[in-house]
Amino acid sequence: MTSLPRHTEKKLGLVIDLDTCVGCHACAVNCKEWNTSGPSAPLTDFDPYGAEAQGVWFNRIHSFEVGEGGTGRTVHFPKSCLHCEDAPCVTVCPTGASMKRAEDGIVLVDADKCIGCKLCSWACPYGAREYDHDHGVMKKCTLCVDRIYDTSVPERDRVPACVATCPASARHFGDLGDPDSEVSRLVAARGGFALMPEQGCRPVNRYLPPRNATSAPTPLPQAGLAARLAEWAGRLIAR
Amino acid sequence: MRPALSVIFFTTASGAGYGLLGLLGLLAPAGLTPATPWFGLASNGLGLALVTAGLLASVFHLGHPERAWRAMTQWRSSWLSREGVAAVVAYPIFLAFAASWIIFGRPNAILGFIAALIATTTVFCTGKIYSTLRPIRQWHHPLTVPGYLLLSIFTGLSLLAALTLSPRIGVAAAVMAIAALGLKYRYWHSIDRSLSATTLATATGLGQLGQVRMLDPPHATPNYLMHEMGYRIARANSARLRRAVLGAGFAVPALLLLLGIAGGPLGVLAPVAALLSLIGTLGERWLFFAEATHTQALYYGLNP
Ligand code: SF4
Ligand code: SF4
Ligand code: SF4
Repeated sequence: MTSLPRHTEKKLGLVIDLDTCVGCHACAVNCKEWNTSGPSAPLTDFDPYGAEAQGVWFNRIHSFEVGEGGTGRTVHFPKSCLHCEDAPCVTVCPTGASMKRAEDGIVLVDADKCIGCKLCSWACPYGAREYDHDHGVMKKCTLCVDRIYDTSVPERDRVPACVATCPASARHFGDLGDPDSEVSRLVAARGGFALMPEQGCRPVNRYLPPRNATSAPTPLPQAGLAARLAEWAGRLIAR
Repeated sequence: MRPALSVIFFTTASGAGYGLLGLLGLLAPAGLTPATPWFGLASNGLGLALVTAGLLASVFHLGHPERAWRAMTQWRSSWLSREGVAAVVAYPIFLAFAASWIIFGRPNAILGFIAALIATTTVFCTGKIYSTLRPIRQWHHPLTVPGYLLLSIFTGLSLLAALTLSPRIGVAAAVMAIAALGLKYRYWHSIDRSLSATTLATATGLGQLGQVRMLDPPHATPNYLMHEMGYRIARANSARLRRAVLGAGFAVPALLLLLGIAGGPLGVLAPVAALLSLIGTLGERWLFFAEATHTQALYYGLNP
């Protein structure tokens, strides 16, 4: 059903910390690794060793530069599906392949129903859906639905692959519909925000802003008299 | 947006077909077209052929054409699904109308009216598919749906003018050509000046920290998203093509039709005008895609 549920019991999603993300791409790699044998498998690569390598990824790490000069900084910016509450990708789908689950709010594609019309990827303002030319169907982040409910793994492993693998603990997973959940408290404490609020999709995922720089820019060491003498001596010897 | 050739062909051919069939439904019972069964066969046949060719092109552009029937199931939420339902509902109505004319000798007014209604509905749904896509400001535009409807009527009328060589229909087609010219001119004027409310600042949420610039893309080579939604057309090329569409696609057909009516060889001029109107519409559709920009390209350093 591509009509959206009026209410979802949970709002499962990710909270991504732009302060601690180091841009290592580990989450993207582990996402690919996990999902290429999951329900959306395979995550096809085209010409993987050629000059025009291209493939399906559910999570991509962008890098931006913000601000000028000494206060400028690099921000690594992972982006995957935000599991929007008003998901336009779901309502445009003509087949019922795209859906938003009423129980937990996860947005999924049923690969057996998808006709590969690509309209959902046009409707998503974030670019979170990727077409698999090989399969002729649309694919996207599943919030690792095959992992988070798997009772055969220890409870601490029942988190998305990207969350489990992040070496900087920059990715958090939980119920953003519950104001007392760990992720909701984190968002409240750090001033977490939604992307492109003006697009009206009401994304569930939240991003935590980079913290303010704690110290003034490090001053360059001023060379003292001894150092200058030593340098001069060095140059003499070098001659 | 990368121009999707099958979709461009589909909307042009089907648009003209629906325009023609809808107009036949209204004009034939009113006695404004020749009433012979032969004319009924030729005109309805041409309309159905155009509609069918377009629909086939759009189905074969799918990743899974064999599942196309599924696209009829989500009409409650999806304009694409509604378009599919309308397209399928339209067939028996068009056939019944054509049968009333060809077999029973009289184009039925009620069937004709319903045919016009369902033809309009189908084209309206097509326009809605685009106009409801908020991430693309050039499509999420008040002139998108009127543009699809008007070009469908214009191409339908210019085909009908070529088939009937009727001066009245020729004048109507010329008037519609001028209307289409005006509408597209206003549309282009408007999209050239409007800005997307979404910027890299809102896309990353980092606007308060200063100006945001792209440093590194996620991958060294373009991915599906960039191929599909990062397409850009050079300003000079788009200006040239716009002039060609307005001139050769709309103004020249209007001129040819009026010349023919004023005493020129209408039998030659009207078919040429019809052909030009279709070519012009193909160009217009190509530009509709090529000039459309998507918010997600912001993440890759392009402005929407
Ligand atoms: S991020 Fe895109 S694909 Fe994911 S739910 Fe929102 S609109 Fe749909
Ligand atoms: S590509 Fe598949 S999931 Fe996306 S809108 Fe089309 S049918 Fe639905
Ligand atoms: S939740 Fe799973 S599918 Fe989604 S980005 Fe993370 S690892 Fe990939």
